[in-house]
Amino acid sequence: MELLLQPWPWYVVGPLIGLVVPALLVFGGKVFGLSANLRHACAALPMPSGRKPRFLLYDWRSMGLWNLTFFVGIAAGGFVGMRLLSDPGASTIVSPATVAALSDLGITSFVGLIPVQFFSWSALATPVGALMVLGGGFLVGFGARWAGGCTSGHAISGLADLQIPSLIAVIGFFIGGLLVTHLLLPALLG
Amino acid sequence: MIPDIDIPTYQSTPPPAECIDTEQVVPEFRARALAEGNEPLALVVYGILGALLGVVFTKGEVISWFRIYEMFRFESFHMYGIIGSAVATAALSIWLIRKFNLTTLHGEPIRLSPKDWGMSRVPAARYWMGGITFGFGWALLGACPGPLLALIGGGVSVMIAALVAALGGTWTYALLRDRLPH
Repeated sequence: MELLLQPWPWYVVGPLIGLVVPALLVFGGKVFGLSANLRHACAALPMPSGRKPRFLLYDWRSMGLWNLTFFVGIAAGGFVGMRLLSDPGASTIVSPATVAALSDLGITSFVGLIPVQFFSWSALATPVGALMVLGGGFLVGFGARWAGGCTSGHAISGLADLQIPSLIAVIGFFIGGLLVTHLLLPALLG
Repeated sequence: MIPDIDIPTYQSTPPPAECIDTEQVVPEFRARALAEGNEPLALVVYGILGALLGVVFTKGEVISWFRIYEMFRFESFHMYGIIGSAVATAALSIWLIRKFNLTTLHGEPIRLSPKDWGMSRVPAARYWMGGITFGFGWALLGACPGPLLALIGGGVSVMIAALVAALGGTWTYALLRDRLPH
């Protein structure tokens, strides 16, 4: 039980995530790709079809219900993982170099999994908080659909099937992420 | 009433159907696999699988902004170990599925659909540009779509705003889609 409550090491977590791919394939012939749910959710919004882009006009129930259920299941797992299997007051242990870099950006509390000074409802009113939460969310939703997949669809499913387009998408994820981490965040917070 | 679009076949996946085309079985079994996936019992299984994945995401700290920041600074092996061993496990599984011609539990032969290279004159333009756009968002938000849901479930309620923004991003993409290079 004590082991269960600690953060789990990469060599436990990675293979368990990887096993989702064959589990979905063997159970129902489905592909592991989570960002498709953002499209399904948009398609499911109750509004007249004349006001929706053509991209969102399809039978989301027959095509996406399994994936939406899977997606909502993740939230239930997040509740179990964060509320029942973790100490909410524990700090996330990252490398000393990362701690030093973040303190240069004014981030000194590592309690929980996210920096609460930017990720809270009150921080949404600040430019940086809004950029991280709303800007970040928008770009994730926009970019995932443009690239035809996110971390699960390209970095896990696509790379595991040796798909070159997925490799390009993952390289793109890193180009974007490196630019934000090394240029944008220091410029905003440094 | 929302009109249906045709379920695409593998040979010609029309662009609007990408990513809703999740059936990885030979074409003649696709409609069957699609219907079986919507059975109540199957949905329960998908929900449980999702919940297990949510626990793993959380306990692996994949949902931590700090971990994503650390990853983009190459200051820990943690995230690379996770992604690398996940890909290796999935790749080995796919290899075994192909080698032994495994079927789904319902007996449909499994066949993975390849990723479309796209129609732009620049090869894979959409993967470069969409990927970089997604990367900006991933580093700002510190979460991709799965971890976003796990954080909401774990009680980080401000992430509901991020999810709404992500839906806004998807909707905006849908509006601009015809004008973006693919």
